[in-house]
Order: sequence, then structure tokens, then C-alpha cells
Amino acid sequence: MATSASAAPAGAMRRKARSITLAQERRRRRGPLLPALIFTIIVTQLPFVVTLVYSFFSWNLLRPGSREFAFLDNYTSVLTDSSMWSALLVTVLLTAGAVIASVLVGLVCALLVDRKFLGRGVVRTLLIAPFLVMPAAASLLWKTTMLNPVFGIVNWVLSPLGVGDVDWASQFPLLTIITVETWHWAPFMMLILLGGLQSQDRSILEAARVDSATTWQSFRYLTLPHLRQYIELGVVLGAIYIVQTFDSIFMITQGGPGTSTTNLPFLLYQEAFRAFDVGEAAALGVVVVVLTIIVATYALRIISRMFTDPVVASRVVDVSMFQKRERKAEEAAA
Amino acid sequence: MNESRMVGTSKVTGTILSALGWIIALGMFFPVFWMVLTAFKHERDAFTSPPQFIFKPTLEQFDAVLSGGLTAAVANSLWVTLASTALVIALGLPAAYALALRPVEKWQDVLFFFLSTRMLPVVGAIVPIYVIARDINMLDNVWTLVILYTAINLPIAVWMLRSFMSEVPTEVLEAARVDGATLKQEAVKVLLPMIAPGIAATALICVIFAWNEFFLAVTLTAVRAQTVPVYLVGFITSEGAFWARLSAAATVAAVPVLLAGWVAQRYLVRGLTLGAIK
Repeated sequence: MATSASAAPAGAMRRKARSITLAQERRRRRGPLLPALIFTIIVTQLPFVVTLVYSFFSWNLLRPGSREFAFLDNYTSVLTDSSMWSALLVTVLLTAGAVIASVLVGLVCALLVDRKFLGRGVVRTLLIAPFLVMPAAASLLWKTTMLNPVFGIVNWVLSPLGVGDVDWASQFPLLTIITVETWHWAPFMMLILLGGLQSQDRSILEAARVDSATTWQSFRYLTLPHLRQYIELGVVLGAIYIVQTFDSIFMITQGGPGTSTTNLPFLLYQEAFRAFDVGEAAALGVVVVVLTIIVATYALRIISRMFTDPVVASRVVDVSMFQKRERKAEEAAA
Repeated sequence: MNESRMVGTSKVTGTILSALGWIIALGMFFPVFWMVLTAFKHERDAFTSPPQFIFKPTLEQFDAVLSGGLTAAVANSLWVTLASTALVIALGLPAAYALALRPVEKWQDVLFFFLSTRMLPVVGAIVPIYVIARDINMLDNVWTLVILYTAINLPIAVWMLRSFMSEVPTEVLEAARVDGATLKQEAVKVLLPMIAPGIAATALICVIFAWNEFFLAVTLTAVRAQTVPVYLVGFITSEGAFWARLSAAATVAAVPVLLAGWVAQRYLVRGLTLGAIK
């Protein structure tokens, strides 16, 4: 907290405040920000710079002294390696599949929970559980008790439909990961979309009803356009997080069978922590970061469009007031 | 029934929609329910076809996992989670104060800088983090995770705390100042009590993310500093025989945070969308 004004009575503080310069006021306001800002820059920004540097070196941790400048070698080997393109494809399919599915499931849940009915609070509480349960633990349970071909619950439930002992994790590996990720992220989408639904002006819907619009019409032409920016927000935030999917792949398929579920983060993990190839892993890291920045730029734009805080904006340091005062002081001195 | 939303629908449709809500909710929740149920089974009851819903419950599995390494992992997880959350709040409160109550001209840029750090993928930074941690002997050390989890949660905390603080009416703070309160008194006696629920919600959400984090934990810790999700990795290979035991370990891992999330659910959206939606 700003510590400059210690235990001085209000009058004294006022007098002191009146005499401080714009530069002092700015420094005083910036002070409390600095610890968090410096910490964040050091811990989160520096590693990315170092990753970029490493990506130009040929360096394997298993061979001490192997570190030498290789310029773009890592990029050429990463970009010509078929495993990177296959991982990119898996990443895109997994992200697109899980984002679309979780937005749809989330939308259905949000619309259902937006109505008042018996036990609505309980339903909402049950629905957010998948998002809170530790993903590593949930993934292991999906792999075993849920999806095991012989003893799993899923095949037991589906058996009346004629589904036999399907081994989901090896026969449909990507679908399995997408399902588990959808289960995890649908509550997240539901919460965002529910926020959107509850911010909608009900009197407009009432007016539409008076004008004898059907439920579908008022959903299609009033609610959906209103929800659009919330859906966009869910899609971009979901994409940013689901691109990074690691827990479920590690726990359920280990990237397999073959490389059918090896996405970019898992490939990077293998390069860095199974092959200990620092250079190539760093080059892969740079590829992932570049991909993420493209989506993140879009996300930041959406959020900044939705974000307004006039109250805080009104509290911004009044530069003109300080300048006027300083000019007056200068005139007085002259 | 919410009349304005349920335009032109009959009572029957309403009942069907309510039933559908319940069915989907129970379906989504089922894996969690099944985890807790299986945790109380003997292994022979866990491994049956068809699955057993009625059985003689036992605490045997909890005994086994808690005496076999899970306790140490829980202790590590607790330490990492609580220490990083405390640090996050300590760093986040002053920053949020500056951004909500005494903003500089470029406050929005600072805010969005924090937000952008939360969006960059951890995999892009893991290589140097690992190499540096190795070089300074910080591998398999809980403090490495404390520092990294603080960095991961700080943007969320700054955004959430800021949004709670900006809701405190300017008049309240001004009134305190007129009554002769100093900045420090104003912050501690007036502001803190008003945003206490917000601080609690922020802390709970940081706890959830720190407790559940897997990628950094599995790459940077081994035995000594292993957290709960890393402990669970041991079940990947032994899954064939120990479903009930796995479920017991997963229950211990998941339930505390599930409860924390339920307590904070009113504020969950704000944390997840980094304050974009209140």
C-alpha cells in the first residue's frame, strides 16, 4: 500500500498533497504496482526470451558440452519433421473438437439452468463439478472405471444399444481425449454463457412475447445475437487453454497409440524430458507460443471490447490539474 | 417458472426441460459420484461386470493410500498451494489497489499486460525453467513450484481483486479521509473489510488452480517434492489391479478442491474470465 502518507492528520496530508509534483504523484501511484509487475516480468517473460535464445542452439542435456550455436538448424529439423506436423494436426483437431463440443454442451446447460425450476441450484452445483475435479485424477478414472472395455461403466450403459467391448482409448484415442476435455470444459462454457444470459434485458423478451414471437424466434433473433460476444469469449479462452492440453493425454494415452494423440505440448514434453534435446524442444516451444499469440491477440481484443470501468477511469491521475498548478507555481516564481 | 424466458411454452414442456436439466447434471456429475463410491469398495467389488452399486463399504483403500506416500504428497501440495496463494494475495492486493483506486494513466495497459501473461502457454517457458532450476539445484524443490504457481495465479488475482475494489464506492473512501484517516488506515480499516469476501473468493480460486496443476509439477518434481497429481502418475501402470485404491487416492485429491470451488462458485466466472464477466 502507499506508505508515503504515514500517520499525519488529514489537514497536514492535504497540505502535503497540494505541494507534490506530478512526477511525485505518478511515482506514488506506481509504487504499489511494482512488486507484482516486476515479479511477473521476471518469472513469466524472461523464460520466453531464453526459450527463443535456446532455440538457436544445438544442445542436448545428456551430452555435456554439446551446446553450440546452430542458428536455424532446430527450426529446419522441427519444421521438416513429420512428427511436428502430425502433432500440429492433432492439436488443431483436439482444440477445435473440444471447443465446439464444450460450447454446445455448455450452451444447452446454460439455457436449461437459466430457467427457474425445482433444484436449479443443485443442478448448477453438480454441473460445475467436472471443472473443479483435478484433471489428472479425473483422466485416470475415465481411462479405468469409465472407459475400460470390459468393466467400464460406459460400455455397460451402452450395451443395450449393441455396443460391445469397445476399447475406447486405443480404438478411438482422439475421440476419447476430446470427450474427456469436453466433459472438463463444458462447465466453464456454461458459466460464461450463463453470465451472458443473465445480463440480457428481460423486458425485450417480454416485448417479443407480446408481439407473439415463438420461443425459437426470440432465441434466434434476440438471445443468440446478445450471446455472441460471450460465445466468442468462451471460444477464444477455451482455445487458449485447450491448445495446452497435457494432463489427459499424459494419463490416458501417453500420446499413443503411435502418435495419434501426440499434440504439440506432449511432443515438446517428449523432446525435452525423454530425449533431453533442449534446442529442438525450445524451437517447438516457440512454435506453440507463436500459435497461441495469434489466438490470444484476438482474445485480448474481445475482452478489451467487453471491458469498461468508468468509475476507475474517473480516478486516473488528473494530469492537467497538476500541470496547471505547476505552471502557476512557475509564474509565481518568475 | 420464469415467464419471460419461457415464452409460449406449456407446463409439459417446462417439466420436460427441468427433467432434462437434471439428467444432464447427473450425467456430468456421474464420474465424480462413481469415484467416491468406488473409493469405499473392496477391490473385488470394483472389478465387476455389471458394475456394483450396492456393496459392503470399507475404509481399507483410504488406509492403504494414506499410509503409502499419499500423505507426503498431500503435505507438499498443501504447502505449495497455501504458500503460493499467500504470495499471490500479498503481491496482488497492492497492485489491485493501484489499478482500481489510484490508477496511473496507462492502467488499462498494465491490466491487459497481466492478462496476456496468463494466456501464454507454459510449454513455451518450461525448457529454460527446467535448465535454470537444474543449474541452481532447485529441481524437486517445493519452492520452485511456489514461485511458478504464484506467477500463474497472479494475473487472475490482480483482475479479480481489482474488480472487487473498483466496486467500493468512491464516497466511502472519501468519507473516511474526511474523518481524518490516513491512506494506510483507509486501506486497512475501511477497504479491507469491504472486500474481504472478494479476497476469500480470489484465494479459493488460486487454491483450485495451484492444487490441480500437473504439467509443471510432473516436469520439475520427482520424489521429495512430488505433489498429489504427480503421486497419481504411479497408478498409470498399476491400473489393472487397483481401481478402488486409485479411486480412494483420487477422492482425497479431488474432493477438498471440489468443496472449495462450490463455496466460491458465485465468483467462479469472474476468476475464469479474468474479470471480463462479473
